[in-house]
Amino acid sequence: MAGLRISKAACTSCGLCQSACPAGALYIKRKAEVDRDACVLCGLCIEACPMGAITLEKEADAPTVAETTRDVWVFAEGLDGRPHPVAFELLGQARALAAARGGVVAALAMGTGAESWAPPLIEAGADRVYACEGDIFDSGMTEPFAAVLANLIETERPETLLFGATVFGRSLAPRVAARVGTGLTADCTGLDIGADGLLQQTRPAFGGNLMATIITAARRPQMATVRPGVFSAAPRAAGRQGEVVRVQQPTGLVLPQVLKTAPGAPGESIAAARVIVSAGRGIGNQKNLELVRRLAERLGGSMGVTRPLVDMGWAPYPCQIGQTGLAVAPDLLVCCGVSGAIQHLAGMGGAKVVVAINSDPQAPIFGAAHYKVVGDAVEILKQLLAQNKS
Amino acid sequence: MRIVVCIKQVPGGSQVRMDPVTNTLVREGAKAVTNPFDAYAIELAVRLKAELGAEVVALSMGIPATGALLLDAAARGADRCVLLTDRAFAGADTLATSYTLALGIRRLGGADLVLCGRMAVDGDTAQIGPELAEALGLPHLTEVDAVLEADASGLTVQRSIEGGAKQTVRLGLPALLCVTKEIGFPTMPSIAGVRASRSVAVETFDAEALGADPARIGLNGSPTQVVRTFVPQRGAEALPVEGTAGQQAARLWEIFREVGS
Ligand SMILES: Cc1cc2nc3c(=O)[nH]c(=O)nc-3n(C[C@H](O)[C@H](O)[C@H](O)COP(=O)(O)OP(=O)(O)OC[C@H]3O[C@@H](n4cnc5c(N)ncnc54)[C@H](O)[C@@H]3O)c2cc1C
Ligand SMILES: Nc1ncnc2c1ncn2[C@@H]1O[C@H](COP(=O)(O)O)[C@@H](O)[C@H]1O
Repeated sequence: MAGLRISKAACTSCGLCQSACPAGALYIKRKAEVDRDACVLCGLCIEACPMGAITLEKEADAPTVAETTRDVWVFAEGLDGRPHPVAFELLGQARALAAARGGVVAALAMGTGAESWAPPLIEAGADRVYACEGDIFDSGMTEPFAAVLANLIETERPETLLFGATVFGRSLAPRVAARVGTGLTADCTGLDIGADGLLQQTRPAFGGNLMATIITAARRPQMATVRPGVFSAAPRAAGRQGEVVRVQQPTGLVLPQVLKTAPGAPGESIAAARVIVSAGRGIGNQKNLELVRRLAERLGGSMGVTRPLVDMGWAPYPCQIGQTGLAVAPDLLVCCGVSGAIQHLAGMGGAKVVVAINSDPQAPIFGAAHYKVVGDAVEILKQLLAQNKS
Repeated sequence: MRIVVCIKQVPGGSQVRMDPVTNTLVREGAKAVTNPFDAYAIELAVRLKAELGAEVVALSMGIPATGALLLDAAARGADRCVLLTDRAFAGADTLATSYTLALGIRRLGGADLVLCGRMAVDGDTAQIGPELAEALGLPHLTEVDAVLEADASGLTVQRSIEGGAKQTVRLGLPALLCVTKEIGFPTMPSIAGVRASRSVAVETFDAEALGADPARIGLNGSPTQVVRTFVPQRGAEALPVEGTAGQQAARLWEIFREVGS
């Protein structure tokens, strides 16, 4: 059985593994010991051990990586008849990964008008576009997309496949990963590739102030979803040439039936806002949120919040910034009374200029800010509004 | 009709934190709880049971202690509690977990409706639902906010899609849904429910009982692996904006104008 191995010779009984273990499975009895029933094999102790005394052993030898190309694929989701902005962000990153591997960047476009997306996708970095025209995709059900992707993966063998971590991307990517039997890393905030071709996928983990780098050692393609706003879109190279491969739409699928689609309330989504004023628990009470909203309005922007404010019912979920909310990428983000927990920071990595107002000079948010304002957020908001009457 | 609700045990209280001084994990309020989103899935299952007359099965893959959480689901109205537990399941990533849960559901003789939470708050991948649907060959929908109509042939549901838009979808059964908090607040177990749950025993299955392929479960069956964990690096120092609140506000307006707002 797979398990943790502790080298008694190397162990110095320092106890660091014990404090690193989130499952309480390690203890010191002269040397480090593991309670195998409690161990969840997370591997955190391996990192923590300064002596390198702990290893994680799999039972079976890792299966050898099947032959693949060195190509990096990007799923180009559609939004209102065009590629979703996240597709262009992924293409920028895919170019860097493919350059490191000497591979080709391909984009996959499916839906009515998919062929017309090819020129912008190629200008943004795709060398090849697989275009699948068809109305079967337009209802937004995952099945036809999964069918096309699984087929193409089988025949074309990409090394890496990236999706935007949108509502749809997060529904489709796991379906595809399970169909082709490979690994998938959700919500990556960083991607890197080594000479060995292993995609280093970094994401917030363990629900705390910790990042984890994850690899898919022996299965291909290596699949990841990436939050919109994490990478900047590649600059368009006008007139850039690429290949377009036409793909047949799948037939014979029975799909759930969409009876109605109601657009979201205008201004509800903050994902595209150029200016955001955000509030955290430090804003004190729900009434003070009015100050935040007014400053946002004055700046021509929208209001964002941290998760506790949504949990308390002070603001609706579409305002929530962070790992379990939205990723935003405004030109200006003003954070009022936000502590800067990693899950919140995960959603604001794309902001260009960050101003943080917090009464605690040690607040972690200042580590992610360009301007540090130590003070009472409510008082400063009142001053800001008073000084700019319009 | 059988409804299976997938329940995950997650660390309770706040969360695992990093001690900045010793650089080690600090466990706070470590008592295990039902993943909050899964409580909404149980709520929906019990509501559908009342409408359609279904058998509700609470299903989890976890350590033996997870049985207690399943009994809590029974107190809320689940008829059966099924725990998939084996040391060989440890270290499972989402692919291995969904494979194992699919074996559990097959072992029950299948399901007409499988319900998952929107995501688990510890792993936070939101991948199990779609992967499990694929493993079972079922259609799935994520971000389901409401079930508008339900009968033995299918469901009419409302779900959220990109940009806050809402879609009404009719889907036949069997199917899998991942539900959000909009489904409705979980009610507390009733006294009758608690009493009824006393006669419910947790049925457990290990890898062998499920006929699991050893290469597809636990660490061995997990294509992804964590190779490094680290405390995120801070960026460059922020520029301080000092003075009285009035002075700070005046300087902030200059900054806002520089940014072009
Ligand atoms: C799996 C998981 C996912 C999560 N996802 C998200 C997510 O998507 N988004 C998210 O936001 N959170 C998320 N969280 C929660 C996150 O960990 C934090 O708990 C949360 O972001 C903290 O919100 P906060 O900054 O508003 O509150 P707190 O952490 O309580 O911070 C309040 C801050 O206000 C300051 N303050 C107090 N009074 C004043 C004042 N008068 N003036 C100025 N400053 C003041 C304090 O110094 C403090 O820094 C998630 C957690 C988990 C476990
Ligand atoms: N070990 C598990 N046992 C049962 N259900 C699970 C397990 N892990 C995840 N789930 C289900 O899958 C959903 C999504 O989890 P995740 O993909 O881990 O974010 C949860 O809300 C549960 O309904």
